[in-house]
Order: sequence, then structure tokens, then C-alpha cells
Amino acid sequence: MLEIKGLKVKLEEEDKQILKGVDLTVEAGKVHAIMGPNGSGKSTLSYVLSGRDGYEVTEGSATLGGEDLLELEAEERAALGLFLAFQYPVEIPGVGNMTFLRTAVNAQRKARGQDEMSAAEFLKVIRAKAKTLKIDADMLKRPVNVGFSGGEKKRNEILQMAMLEPKMCILDETDSGLDVDAMKLVAEGVNALRDEGRGFLVITHYQRLLDHIKPDVVHIMANGRIVKTGGPDLALEVEKNGYADILAEVA
Amino acid sequence: MSALAKKQESTAARLEGLALPKGGAWATEAREAALGRLQTMGLPQRRDEYWKYTRPDTLTQENAPEASLFVSDETPLFDELDRLKIVFVDGVFDAGQSDDFAGENLTIERLSDVAEADIHWARDLYGVLEANGQTPVERPLAAMNTAFATDGVVIHVTGPVERPVSLIYRHENTTSDAILHHVIKLDAGASFTLLENGPAAARFNKSMEVDVADGAAFHHVRAQGRDHERRAVTHIFARLGTESVFKSFTLTVNGRLTRNEAVIELTGDDAVAHIAGAAMGDGDFLHDDTVFVTHDAVNCESRQVFKKVLRNGATGVFQGKILVKKDAQKTDGYQISQSLMLDDDSQFLAKPELEIYADDVACSHGSTSGAIDEDALFYLRARGVPRDIATDLLVLSFVAEAVEEIEHESLRDAINTRLEGWLERRRG
Repeated sequence: MLEIKGLKVKLEEEDKQILKGVDLTVEAGKVHAIMGPNGSGKSTLSYVLSGRDGYEVTEGSATLGGEDLLELEAEERAALGLFLAFQYPVEIPGVGNMTFLRTAVNAQRKARGQDEMSAAEFLKVIRAKAKTLKIDADMLKRPVNVGFSGGEKKRNEILQMAMLEPKMCILDETDSGLDVDAMKLVAEGVNALRDEGRGFLVITHYQRLLDHIKPDVVHIMANGRIVKTGGPDLALEVEKNGYADILAEVA
Repeated sequence: MSALAKKQESTAARLEGLALPKGGAWATEAREAALGRLQTMGLPQRRDEYWKYTRPDTLTQENAPEASLFVSDETPLFDELDRLKIVFVDGVFDAGQSDDFAGENLTIERLSDVAEADIHWARDLYGVLEANGQTPVERPLAAMNTAFATDGVVIHVTGPVERPVSLIYRHENTTSDAILHHVIKLDAGASFTLLENGPAAARFNKSMEVDVADGAAFHHVRAQGRDHERRAVTHIFARLGTESVFKSFTLTVNGRLTRNEAVIELTGDDAVAHIAGAAMGDGDFLHDDTVFVTHDAVNCESRQVFKKVLRNGATGVFQGKILVKKDAQKTDGYQISQSLMLDDDSQFLAKPELEIYADDVACSHGSTSGAIDEDALFYLRARGVPRDIATDLLVLSFVAEAVEEIEHESLRDAINTRLEGWLERRRG
């Protein structure tokens, strides 16, 4: 599904190498987790994959279903089936959540040569999906993320994911700013989307999210590289001993 | 010769050969007084402080610069609303296209008829609020309007009126030079919605004097379109009584030059005045909002919310002032002017001012210029929304605070649809 090979990335504005050769393959139907200390390049990886401006790929490749992601605009990557759940979802005053989502769904359908979803059909689908995420009608009507609590914002991200039905989901520190109950709700939303045809890359600092979204593979990222890969036990080890031991071990 | 004397001399030359419209005693008196004010002040010139950002020459020169007509198959604004239509073509009332002037709690008369009478209630307002609004800042083009306007409507609202009155300004002649003057009087407890739309004329000078009595509510939604070369200078003079409400929103798109002045005086306690505007400029476009709000009573609230979207060398101007007099305690004054610049060629010139003599007030003002928020743009694009549509959504997001000042949902929707259409046409 997602294949990253020898990816090296620096900031456009300054000559600072952030990713120093990342190799990673996420298969369809699998959940991979990336853990790592602050500044290790986890979020940068998610931005580079989803097409944010400001980064320069100096080496390596990233493909989704065999298509070269790095050649595409952000919106083309989304239409191809890549989804990034933001660590900090952006507030957009004056644009209704529903309008935003319908615009996004139909833009993607159009890009894929599918018919646009009618207003009535869209409403039916979004209502059902919103309900399972405990998102009420008021939240759907309100401007995108404006006045949402941290938990509401993250639930809104998952709702977008559910509506857009991507092939590859990247969750960037979706657990940050969530209390235990909110995290459970978000995790349930994610788990409901787990599917044989869909891959997940879950970026997190902490093991606790992985109690709820059980990964198949755990990677440790440090200093712009994946330094260790293992099973779910690796996350438990981090939780117990911190990153220091692992980093010392691979140094 | 002093600068003022020179100005008076050139004004005299400009007015030479222009006769005041004939009318009954009260109208003649009002027009002569306005002409006197104009002669004393002189027409605005480029060096005048109040015209620092907007060149007045094309507004004051003898002939209106030519403005071609804009042809579009867009549904006329407010078309689906139940409203009383009053149509002016190039500044002349058109009875054939207008509805009957009939409505409960409502009397509408044509200014040209009213001005013929020897006595009329309009005498207490016509040119009166304008004259009052000439201090502390002079507004000579408003005095010129009072002196020379021949047409317009005089509206008296005596109670609640549900159905809006809609003034429609058609532009059919490429060199038309129109002057219109409206007078609106709301009695205590009355409520009324006035709509205005259309390009009006090649050059348009319009004044409106609004007297909102105690407990009355006046809502105003205006759309200034659409012809790319039209020019306009407009004035609203409003006087607000105790617990009265005045809300005015203006959408301006296209047009080479638009100067909208609003002069609002809160004279009764607990009155509320909101003035908002959204302007969309693409290319050779200058849009100027000049607002002066005076708080002269206790516990009043005023809001000024102006948003301008500029590109391809368009210019936005904002001169906004809140004056709080000594006894206007508990004033709540707010003013925001913002521009969204879609390229590096456009400019926004803002002069926000507060002048406060009372000591127990809450007043704030802010003015910003910025580009599209890159974080928000990426967020939308990461959801699959193409860059151009995402940009348009963010433009709508930017002007939303101003549009939200429109209280009636159907009117808000009509304006939003208009904005969306403007953006869509530019996406090609």
C-alpha cells in the first residue's frame, strides 16, 4: 500500500535535514505505529507524505498503491486515497462543517471520475456516521472546528476519515489533548474503519493509544530515521523504559 | 490666495450653469442652504486629509466618465424574496417597473412630488441630518447631493413592516450621472427593512437620511454591483433614538471607484448601531469605507465590521472613527477592518480612530492585512479540495464575520450566493 524508500527531506527555507533516509512499508489491512521522541521527524514524515509546502525531498521515494505520491499536489494525494488526521485540526470560521465535508467528498469523487453525491444522500450518510462518533447535528452545522473542544476536533477528524473512506490513513498524534474517554471514542472510530483494504500509520508519543488501536507493527523513529521495528511489545518497552535504552542500543 | 479660497473658486466654476431644481418653499430652502454649505466648503480635492487615499476628481468633474454596461445571465439579487420593488433607471424613478407604493404602516412618496409641496414632514430631515453630519468632518459631496437631487423616495414607517422595500438601481446609459436622495423616518416602535441593489449609473451620488425613533429598528442590506467601470459616492446619515437599532450591511463588487460614507449618531440611551461591509475587488478597483460613529448617550453599542478581498492591483480604503462624547458612559464600541490580499499587487489603506471623552467605556479597534492562511489552505487541500476552490472557501470564511451582521437568514443567503457566484466566475 504505502511504500517509503530512503526518504530524505530538508526544510525549504533553511538547510536543515529532517528526514535522513526513512524506509517503511505499510501493507493493506495493517496498522503500523511510529513512536519516537520529540523532534525525531514523525510529524514531518506525515506532512511530506500528504503534500504540505515547505519541504524539499532530496532523495528517496514514496508511493501509494504504486503511484508516486511526491509528484502530486496535496489534493491529488487525497483523491488517491491518502488521509492525514491532523495533530492540530485547523479552525475555519464562516465555513460550515457540513459544507466543508461535502465539498471535500465531491471534489475527491470528481477527481476519481465518480458522480457527485447528492445533498440528500450526503446528509443520510453523514448523519449515520456522525452518530457513532457522538457528533450531534449542531457540531455538523457549526463552522469547521470553531469552538470545538480538543476531543470534538479529533472526533471531527475521524468523521472526515469515515466520510472520505481513504485507503491509507495517517494519524498524527491523534491522542494529544484527549482524555481517556475521548481517546476511547476516537479509537473506536478508527477501529470501525479497519479493513482488509486499508492501511494505517499511527504516529504517537505514548503507548496508551495503542492499547485501544492495536498495531501490527511498531517502529521507533529517532533523528530522522526508523531505528527499530518490532511487534506491539516494542511499544510496551518504550512505555516502561522510555526511549533512552533503545536509542543507546542502536547508537 | 488661500487654499480654501482657491477651492471655493474652482467649486464656483464647476457649479456655474447648474441650476437648483425647482420646488416648493421647504425644498427650495433646504436646497439653497445645502448649496451655501457646498460653496463654503468647496468640493473635495486630492490634498484634503479626508480624501488622502481616494482621489475625488472623477466624482467632482463636470461629466461622468463613461461606464460600459455589464451583461450577465445571473439571476437578479433578491429575486426570490417577497418585497416591494421601486426601480430607478440611471437615477430616474420608473413607475412602470415599480410596484404600487402601498403597505400597512408604510407611506412612500417620490421626492420630486414631496419637494413640490410647500410643507411636508420631510422638511425636518431632508438635508438636516446631512448638515448635522458636516461637523467635525466636511462632506461636500453630500451637500451637493442635497442641493441638486431631484429624485428619490421619502418613506415614513409608523409600525412594524414585514415586507422589505427594495430599491433597484438599473444602469442603461453609459454616461449617466445620477443623484438620488432618500429620506426614511421610523416612528417609535416601528421596524423596517430596506434593500438596495444595482449599479445605478455611470456615476452615482446617493444620500440617505434615516431617523430611527425610540425603540424602532432599521435594517439595511445593500449590494453595489456590478458594472466594472461605474463610480459611486454614497452617504448614510442616521440618528438613533433610545433603545433603537440600526443595522446596515453593504456588499460591493467591481466598480472602478466606490466611496461609502456612514455617519451615525447615537443620541438615545441603549441604542445599537452595526455597520458592516464586504468588498470584492479584482483589478482596477478602489473601495473606500469611511465611517463616523458618534456616541452621545449612555450604554449604547456600536460595531463596525469591514472586510475587503483584493487582487490584481485593487485598492481598499478604510477610515473609521468612533467618537465617544463626555457623557456617553458605558459605551461599547467595536471596530474591525481587515483586508485579504490575494496577490502582492493590491493595497489596503486604513485609518482607524478612537476619540473618547467619557471615562467608563469599552472600545476596541483592530485593522489587519494578510494573505490566505497557509495552514487552513493545506488542511482543505489535504481533504481533497483543489487549491482554487479551497482559496474561495477561505475567502468566504474571511468575509463571514461581516456577512453574519445581516440578521435575516434569507438575506444573508442571498448575499452569500452572490459572493459564491463572483468567486466562481473568476475560477473560470
